[in-house]
Amino acid sequence: MFKSIGKSRGESVTIVFEGRSLVVAKKLNVAAALLESGVTSFRQGEVNLNNRGPYCMMGVCFDCLITIDGLEKQQSCLIQVREGMIISRQNVNVSDDNE
Amino acid sequence: MHNFDSIVVGGGLIGSAVSYGLARLGQKVLMLDESDNSIRAARGNFGLIWVQGKGVNHSNYADWTRQSARQWSDFSKELSELTNIDLAFEQSGGFDFCLNEKELGKRKTMMEKMAVNSVGEFNFEMLNNSELKQIMPKIGPSVAGASFSQLDGHVNPLNLLKALHKGFIHLSGILTSSAVIGIQHHQGVFQVRTKNSNYTSDKVILAAGFSNKLLATKVGLQAPLHPQRGEILVSEKIPPFLIHPTGLVRQTKDGGVLLGDSHEDVGFDEGVNINEMQKIAKRAIQIFPFLQSVKMVRAWGSLRILTNDGLPLYDQSKTCPGAFALSSHSGVTLAPVHALDIAGRIAKNSGLPPIVECFNSDRFDV
Repeated sequence: MFKSIGKSRGESVTIVFEGRSLVVAKKLNVAAALLESGVTSFRQGEVNLNNRGPYCMMGVCFDCLITIDGLEKQQSCLIQVREGMIISRQNVNVSDDNE
Repeated sequence: MHNFDSIVVGGGLIGSAVSYGLARLGQKVLMLDESDNSIRAARGNFGLIWVQGKGVNHSNYADWTRQSARQWSDFSKELSELTNIDLAFEQSGGFDFCLNEKELGKRKTMMEKMAVNSVGEFNFEMLNNSELKQIMPKIGPSVAGASFSQLDGHVNPLNLLKALHKGFIHLSGILTSSAVIGIQHHQGVFQVRTKNSNYTSDKVILAAGFSNKLLATKVGLQAPLHPQRGEILVSEKIPPFLIHPTGLVRQTKDGGVLLGDSHEDVGFDEGVNINEMQKIAKRAIQIFPFLQSVKMVRAWGSLRILTNDGLPLYDQSKTCPGAFALSSHSGVTLAPVHALDIAGRIAKNSGLPPIVECFNSDRFDV
């Protein structure tokens, strides 16, 4: 739903999303960096198992949750990218067995 | 100067339901909603359609509540077809948990009384922990049991409000955001003043929450109301585990879990309190222990609009015929009777439905 208005400039870092290396601007938050790299599906919806992605970009909608360096359900719009960050999609079966 | 059949003051769940109901019958209606700074109970509630426990000591209230719950299915269908808004309506029966044996015993007595008073119209079941476990496997071991009533249900309360507004506008109703600063009644015509406009009408329906207190006096009525705060916590979205609504925990169609409910006497403070939130969370974890590892993402406080006896206040003016004052803290449960029964009578100029005449303010005169 977000459209890029131009590539971010400045210093860059390399992050890994689902095994794929992405070179992104260092000043970006994870959500913005992934969106700019063409990633739109961040997680699986808990009820319909549909594709979900960032909505508010300001920390209130909890739709951009993602796994960062092994920590699940991180709010990607509130976390700045770091060199070497390993990011993976948040799938429902990962942590929500609830038992 | 604009002239209307009815002016409804208040755009919350009661004002919107009545406005929708009047517009549905071809009445020319103006609904005056105030602003985002107003105290808006309709934006903060839990979303239950709740029958069990309501009107244990007042059979008219119990009957009225049941009458509404029975109309909910058709009402939901009508509203969502008209507006294309999914109300997330579900009415497969609700559970009210009892956390210990003593509570369970008391609940059973209360439900039996309701069933007797209803003359066969209200049925319930009592379940112990192992029976509950069949229905909701994640129930905690220390929950004694629960009462169950088939008529209970739930709905997305924000979508309900949105659908009532949208439906009302679709039916040619006019919705404006402005506070009422004066009402006069002269030769059978009401003049309602806002900051920028003057409107006239044959009827005025006050559904302005706590503002009814002041507005009612302008049309020869009184509305003794007080606030009671309830806090709600909401979790991150999790896979569906609870289809049925319960008095304390409700999973929405989107997967979020709402936890309630507190009853606090804190005046008009709509904030939250850490001790109350802790109590709510602890109780919820006793009911469903797995919730302890589920993230809470938001909490809010909202004010119930209450009378001293907890019953609704429906009144019609003797000195200014055509003026009504309506308030209740069950805007979701009672939406169908407000839209169909109350609006239906008001549209025909036949006063309030006989079953609710006992809910006038005379009962508070000592």
